Parts: sequence; structure tokens; C-alpha cells
Amino acid sequence: MIEHAADMIVHGEAWTIKELFVLPNEYIYWSIQIVMYPFMTGLVAGAFVLSSLYHVFHVEKLKEIAKFSLVFSFALLPVAMMPLLLHLQQPFRGINVMMTPHFTSAIAAFGIVFTTYACIVATELWFVYRVYFVRQVEKIRSQELKSVFDIGRLALFTALTLGAMDTSKEAQVKDHKACSTMAAIGIPVACFLHGYAGFIFGSVKANALWMTPLMPVIFICSAVVSGIALCILCYVITQEIRKFMAKRKMARWADDPGAPTVEQLEGAKQEEVSMVSNYLLYFMIAAVTLEILDMIFRGYTQVKSWDILREVLLDRDFTKIFILQYGLGNVVPFLMMILPGRNVRRTTIACALVLFGVFMMRWNVVIGGQAFSLSFAGFMHYHLPIIPHDAETFKEGFFGALTVMVTPFVLFYFINKIMPAFHKDEDVVH
Amino acid sequence: MERRDFLKNSIMIVAGASVPLSALEFVDPKEVLAANLDIHWAFLLNTHKCVGCGFCVKACKTENDIPFNAKVTRTWVERYVYTKDDRRYIDSPDGALNGYTESRIDLGQGNFQEIDPNNVGKAFFVPKLCNHCETPPCTQVCPVGATYKTDDGVVLVDKEWCIGCGYCIMACPYGARFFHPTDHVADKCTFCYHRITKGLETACVNACPFGARKMLNIKDINDPNTQIILNERVGVLKDEFGTRPQAFYIGLAQEVR
Repeated sequence: MIEHAADMIVHGEAWTIKELFVLPNEYIYWSIQIVMYPFMTGLVAGAFVLSSLYHVFHVEKLKEIAKFSLVFSFALLPVAMMPLLLHLQQPFRGINVMMTPHFTSAIAAFGIVFTTYACIVATELWFVYRVYFVRQVEKIRSQELKSVFDIGRLALFTALTLGAMDTSKEAQVKDHKACSTMAAIGIPVACFLHGYAGFIFGSVKANALWMTPLMPVIFICSAVVSGIALCILCYVITQEIRKFMAKRKMARWADDPGAPTVEQLEGAKQEEVSMVSNYLLYFMIAAVTLEILDMIFRGYTQVKSWDILREVLLDRDFTKIFILQYGLGNVVPFLMMILPGRNVRRTTIACALVLFGVFMMRWNVVIGGQAFSLSFAGFMHYHLPIIPHDAETFKEGFFGALTVMVTPFVLFYFINKIMPAFHKDEDVVH
Repeated sequence: MERRDFLKNSIMIVAGASVPLSALEFVDPKEVLAANLDIHWAFLLNTHKCVGCGFCVKACKTENDIPFNAKVTRTWVERYVYTKDDRRYIDSPDGALNGYTESRIDLGQGNFQEIDPNNVGKAFFVPKLCNHCETPPCTQVCPVGATYKTDDGVVLVDKEWCIGCGYCIMACPYGARFFHPTDHVADKCTFCYHRITKGLETACVNACPFGARKMLNIKDINDPNTQIILNERVGVLKDEFGTRPQAFYIGLAQEVR
């Protein structure tokens, strides 16, 4: 007989509080990292869809932000699977999903869809930046004195051109065409990438809150909303930084005679932001409509689970759902964006609120779906571990989530060094 | 032969041959064996006989190396109490590991409810375990195929292959699955597969002093327990999920979920 004096903590016990009758094995097994997972994949998909608006539908005004969001979506890519790895009980076996996928499982599609998507984004980026790579190679080669750093850069850029050094007009037109094709293929794949994340939840028949065929569609819409909001937010912030640097001539590019002036930067920003925020509004309307429809439908049909769902939705989680998610995350930014006199600052604040709203939506779905027992006779409360006291409470706690949040920005910083998101090359057709 | 003729003839041969060939069925010998297997394990629980002693839980934890001090269990017993003033109470402290030695109801978070014995309308115990469903949602959702159904009807987990994503735990409508506290993989009742395949009873059946739990081979109609399922009124848990559970209950109340 195995008996110890102290209780052995099982996975989930550290952050779950049970109330009334909850089955003995029930805990909040899917915690903060599973909230982060759809949130991050949503940002990837959304950022890509935004960049495709320019490449596929040729919305010329979006040229600048499209390039930025494409690079940013590439930086977000590796982060989409980070929460999954941090959540797995056996992270070293995570690769099994790719190696021995079991195709009746929604998660098994992850390996294939994610890899396909990563290839598409990488290919598109290559076509966008190929000429830039060639120019860099030519520039470094023409230098008289080469430092070790330059030789390293030369090797990197030469490798990145993949030997395609043709920069003629025809070649550039071909690049541009290939880019549009990749973007067009990318849109359905991006939607699939996120739609299946919704399917993972929507197909769990055991969970009364999750099980709805609307889930994938809701997830896609809110993904696009969050992706666009993040791109606007980051675009404005980086433009502000560039403005600041241009003013004080802090950056290397600021000394170039062709460098954008503060006024140019400001003008470009206003035009693009106002255009993109309209798209944001359309997708927001679609997302909120579907979410409300789902809730009304549940209330109207009143199946067996409605009693407990009503208590969770309208009573216990009321603040999280109706005040934070719908109120602060949807209604307030919506009003901020449709009321007359919209400016960049107001839109930026609205975007931050939208991002918060989408995060709360993921939270309310993932955690809210586990807030009640399968017995329909008890409740579970989630307490996010803030101060970690072991590896598990770090991984699946506040700091684990923070790590996932910060990583894309760190990656973007480095990727931006190789593929500058704001680079303007006159002879490039894009 | 001209290329055109060659193509024409080829198409004719393929089209002509496909009609009779379609009548043939490709048969996997393993599938035939599985379909005609003379064993399909099932379980019979009699709620009238269960007294909530928790011996089954203790036996199960001992047999299957689930630590006593970990608040997860492969089998558990629930207590249902209905008062005359139409209040419903359910509890299962530690999954009834130590049996129901107290009359007060555990409401969680350290709260208890005393119930006046004269006010009790009806009360009963319900033992629970994995239902080893005919169409298990847990094996369907496993992304790596680490959990599977054997040909003789038992749902098992491959401890060496499970990645610990918890999707199967989420997919089970019965709360039968959990993360093993030391192995860190999904764990569940195996019908004591290591015992039943050697002709032994499961640990819980062995430990039950009142015969509330019975293991049976549902394909053997001479099995007395199979006879009960065939001849008496038995129920299953949550049949609305279409999982076709293989744990049958005598005296199942509609309130039990």
C-alpha cells in the first residue's frame, strides 16, 4: 500500500477549487496555456489575412501595413505551438503528433496544417524579400573593406537568395504574381488553421458549453479581429518609435537622404490605420453576432445543460463575460471606432481593448467550459497561479503565459533585422 | 498499336473489369477475427447492493498503483440523498476511498451539510468506473493514438506513447480519466486487463463484499451476469452521448449523471 503523510498534488489540483458535487477526477485540466493557444494562433491567422488583403485583393492603401503584418505573422508562427508544448504533461513526446498522427483527432491535423501554413508564409515572405536580399548581397560585395560581420551577413543573404539573383523587371513581376498566389492559397489555410482550433473545442460532445458547430466560425472571426487589432496596435507603436528616431536622427536609416520624414510617417500611418480599422469593424460585427446567436440559441432551446450553463453564464461568470468581454472588449471599442472624430490615438486604444476582449473570449470559452461539473451538480473555480512554486505552476501560470506573450516581439525584433518590415526599395514592384 | 488504340483498350478493360471486381470485398483477417471473437468484456453494477464501504476503491488503488493520497481514482462511489422537502445532495469525498463513515454531506471547500435522518426521502450509492464504451469518444480524440480499444472491448492507454495533452480527459463524458500523479500521462480503469486476461476477477469485483460489482463476457449468453442484462431492466449512464457504455446498472435513478 502506498501511503504518505502529505497529500500528493495531482495535475490541476493546484489551481482548481471545487464547490458542491464535482466528480473526483474532475479538475481544470486545460488552463491558461490553452487560453493562450487559440489566442496566439488567432493572431497568426488574423495577421496573415490582413496582409493578404493587399496581396490578393490589391488594396493599395494597405501596402505598408501588409508587409509589416506578414513579417509579424511569421514572428508569431513559432509561438503558436509554444503554449501547447508548455501545457503537455510529456513535452518531449510532443513530436509524436507529427510522427504518428491519429487522424480521427482534431489535434492530429495540427502538424499538417501548421507545417503547410508555415511553408506558405515563408514562401510568400521569400518572394516579397528576394530582391531585397539580392540588393544586400550586391551592396556588401561592392564594399572594399569587409568586416567579419559583413562576411557573415553576406553568407546569410547569399543563402537566403537561394541563388535566384535575377532582379530584372520581368523577374520582379513574376515574384509579385507568385506572392499573390501564395497569399490566395494562404487565406483558406489560415482560416483552416484557426477553424480547426475552434473544432477542437466545438467537437467535444462531453462539454455542454463547447459543443456547437458555430465554434470554428466564431473562432475564425474573432481570430481575424484579434490579428487585425494587434497589427494596428504594433504598427502604430513601431511608427511612433520610427517617428521618434527620425526626429532625433537616432537610427542609421534616419541619416539617409531618402529617409521618410516625420510628416510622411504620420500621414502614412493615419491613412492605413483608418482603412484597416474599417475591416476590423466588419469582422467584429460578424464575431459578436455569432457569439450572441450561440448564447440566445442555448437560452431558447433550454436543453438539459441550460440550467447549469445559465448559472455559469449569467451569474458566476457574468462580470467576465458581459462586463469585460462584451462591454469593455467589444461595445466600448466599437463605439470608439464608429463615433465621429475617430483618430489614430482613439483607434489604437480601441484596438488594445479589442485584443483584451478577444483574450477574455478565449478565457471564457476555455475556463468557462470547465467551470461546471459533468455531473451538472457542482462548480469549479480557476485560480491562475501567479507566483510559481514549481515547474508546473510556472508553465501553466502567469509567467508561462507572459513568456508566450513576449516571445513574438523578441522574434520580430530579430526577423526585422533580416527582413525589415518597413524597408522601401524604389525599384521593387511590391 | 497506336497510342489512341492503346488508351481506348485500356479504358475498356478497366471499366469492364471494375464491375465484377467491385463485388469482391477486401477482407482484413484481423477484422474477421475481432468480429467473431468470443469475448467482449462488460460490467454489471447493482446499486441496490452497494453500501458505500469503499473497499472497491481501496482495492483498485492498491492493485493499480494509484497513490492513496492523490485525489484521483479509477473507480469511485457516489452518494445520493433526497430529502422529503425535495432537496438533492450528492457527494463523493475522496471518491469514497475511506467509505461513507459520516452521515453529513460534503459540499466542498470545507463545508458540510447535516441531514436529519427523519427527513431523508431516499438515499442510495452509485459505484462508477470507466464505461469502456462501444464508441469511445476518448480514443477518437487522442492525437497520437495512444489510447485504443482492444478487440475484446477494453479501452486502454499506452503509457509510453501518451503525450499528456488531456484531450481524452476532456472528451470523456463520465469523468473516468485523469492524469496519473507520478507517470504524468492519462490514466483510467482498465477492467484490470492484466487480471481478466488471466482468468481472474478485477480487483474491485474481488473486493466487493456485497456482490454489487460483476464482470461479465457479454458474448457468452450462458454467463449468469449476461443473463441479467438480457432478462432484466438495466440502464447505462448518459446514453444521449451515443457512446454505448458497456457498464450496465441495475436500479439506476434518472438523477444519476
